[in-house]
Amino acid sequence: MGKQSAETTLEKAKEKSKPLGAVFVGLIGLALLIVALLFSISYGAAQIDLKTVWQAVFQFDQSITDHQIIQEIRLPRALGAALVGSFLAVSGAIMQGMTRNALAEPSIMGVMDGAALAIAIMFAFGASVSGVSLMFAAFIGAGAGAAFVFAVGSLARGGLSPAKLALAGVTVGAFLSAISSGIAIHFNVAQDISFWFAGGLAGMNWYNIRLIIPVAIVGLGFAFALSRSVTVLSLGEDVARGLGQRILLIKTLGVIVVLLLTGAGVAVAGAIGFIGLVIPHITRGLVGVDYRYIIPCSAVLGALLLVSADLAARLVNAPYETPVGAMTALIGVPFFLYLARREGRGLK
Amino acid sequence: MKKTFLKRPTTIMGMLIVAIVVLFFVSLQTGAIQISPTQVVRTLFGYGTERDALVLFEFRLPRMVIALLIGAGLAVSGAILQSISQNDLADPGILGINTGAGLAVVIFIFFFQGSLTGLGGFSVFIMPFFALIGALVAAILIYVLAWKQGITPVRLILVGIGLNAAFSALLIVIQLRMEPNDFMQATIWLTGSIWGTTWTYVWAVLPWILILIPLAFYKARTLNVMQIGTQSAVSLGVPLERERRTLLILAVSLAAVSVAVGGGIAFLGLVAPHIARRLVGPRHEVLIPAAALTGALILLTADMIGRNLLAPSEIPVGIVIAILGAPYFLYLLMRTP
Repeated sequence: MGKQSAETTLEKAKEKSKPLGAVFVGLIGLALLIVALLFSISYGAAQIDLKTVWQAVFQFDQSITDHQIIQEIRLPRALGAALVGSFLAVSGAIMQGMTRNALAEPSIMGVMDGAALAIAIMFAFGASVSGVSLMFAAFIGAGAGAAFVFAVGSLARGGLSPAKLALAGVTVGAFLSAISSGIAIHFNVAQDISFWFAGGLAGMNWYNIRLIIPVAIVGLGFAFALSRSVTVLSLGEDVARGLGQRILLIKTLGVIVVLLLTGAGVAVAGAIGFIGLVIPHITRGLVGVDYRYIIPCSAVLGALLLVSADLAARLVNAPYETPVGAMTALIGVPFFLYLARREGRGLK
Repeated sequence: MKKTFLKRPTTIMGMLIVAIVVLFFVSLQTGAIQISPTQVVRTLFGYGTERDALVLFEFRLPRMVIALLIGAGLAVSGAILQSISQNDLADPGILGINTGAGLAVVIFIFFFQGSLTGLGGFSVFIMPFFALIGALVAAILIYVLAWKQGITPVRLILVGIGLNAAFSALLIVIQLRMEPNDFMQATIWLTGSIWGTTWTYVWAVLPWILILIPLAFYKARTLNVMQIGTQSAVSLGVPLERERRTLLILAVSLAAVSVAVGGGIAFLGLVAPHIARRLVGPRHEVLIPAAALTGALILLTADMIGRNLLAPSEIPVGIVIAILGAPYFLYLLMRTP
């Protein structure tokens, strides 16, 4: 494709984007996110009114139990949910844009099961398991899982169609999690692992938050910086080449960002599926095809979804917590089915 | 030419049977308690020590018989599903039928049983029915949701994957409301385990398998026609939709019965028919029995591996099958254009 026609394609795509809509979605999303965060902080086993929440944040008094609950439990949990939600949504958006595959998503691509396997190995062999080493293991595992799926895809005859990607991802996932279960049973760490998995957002503390904030800055920063190139890639490699883009470099950077964000998310919150699938699609419907708008709006909406899902998980069956991963799956599956009925055509 | 074609499948099936018999004998000896071959023979004929008799007759034999039965059941179920969907990658596990059956059984345990460990006598015979209801509901849901002016193989599998995720999520929600003890039992059972099998389980499953697999064999001609494709089937005068429904119910029932006692064993229903097709060709008169034998052989082997590889801890057979079967599935996936 020539430079001329590539530029026309890009211009046409830009016409289909809605910058005003994006600002609108971003602002409303942020407002809703703040409301959701407030609800998330004030709701729980101990019901705490919003006035106390305000005081706990701005006039912290160590002698008041409610203040301590908010500072030590509720606040990190709500913040963690928001961060992890945005990580997963942005990962999904980048994956879908780069691969032009409507079903691309961290939990489907073997990334999460890879990270989980690495953590299972850490539990089995690591005598003392610290947060940093867990997170490092999760990165490596996430990378290995994704590499596995992509290797299958690139070796497949006729490339990686959405359906094939889903099948390869599910199979690699089953394979990796079977190994995890084997390790868990043999080394008798099944309980530690399922505790870690089910713990999800409940295990969130300030230590975890401090751990993932640098990831958020680096990962999300790079994601925003890459957003224009992702738009170009999402129009097809022909267009990208026509515009003189360095495809390999962009794809490599994109994969690193995805692994960084997903690895951090899995390390602190366990495997939470379907956010990376649903949010980018909804965002694309709202703000059009330009990833300069899709990626920031996905971050906001992903945060909103996970904070709300976490709240719902605590409300549905109180005082017991429903695993938040099950909540997001129940939200995400109807959406997956809708895309499946279109056989994965849902991009562009 | 014709003679060799007829001769080959029988020879191969003979070899499969020999392999099963040999492996069965080897498997009887191995485990946490090793029993020498002569001791096994003596015990089988009633001259062994009391301890050996207990291990063989009460622990190992029922478990190995179950492995043979549900291995055959899942393999035939997969063979039927692959033919009627004309999709080589169809498998009751991937399609979510196993999880549907598992969900129904766990709901049954949760509401009516109270404690999984107390599963004895009557309820073992009830479980296949619950599994059947769950599997049928799953199959109907997949069929209805994948229907859009007909069914395409790709849509069928994608919808199956989606429903599988939904069932798994519901399973987790229900499991977490169980007693800790039941929770562990249910987890092990769901990953596919035939640990703790007793003769009661064998009697609960045996009649189903003995009726359903011959039925599938009886339908071999229809399955041959199905595999060719819809148009030629109609032109050959096969009442297609009705036959497809009957066969679907047959496949779902076989999977459900197997899941009811063996838990979620994925990939076996996919791998066994493939290997059988390589060995004896696509004609269902030979494919169905060959798949049954292959499935039985694989599950028996997987159980032996699971019992001995990391002894003294036992690896549930479903995990062994997944570790062996998933790479094979990926290989098939890479070859499919």
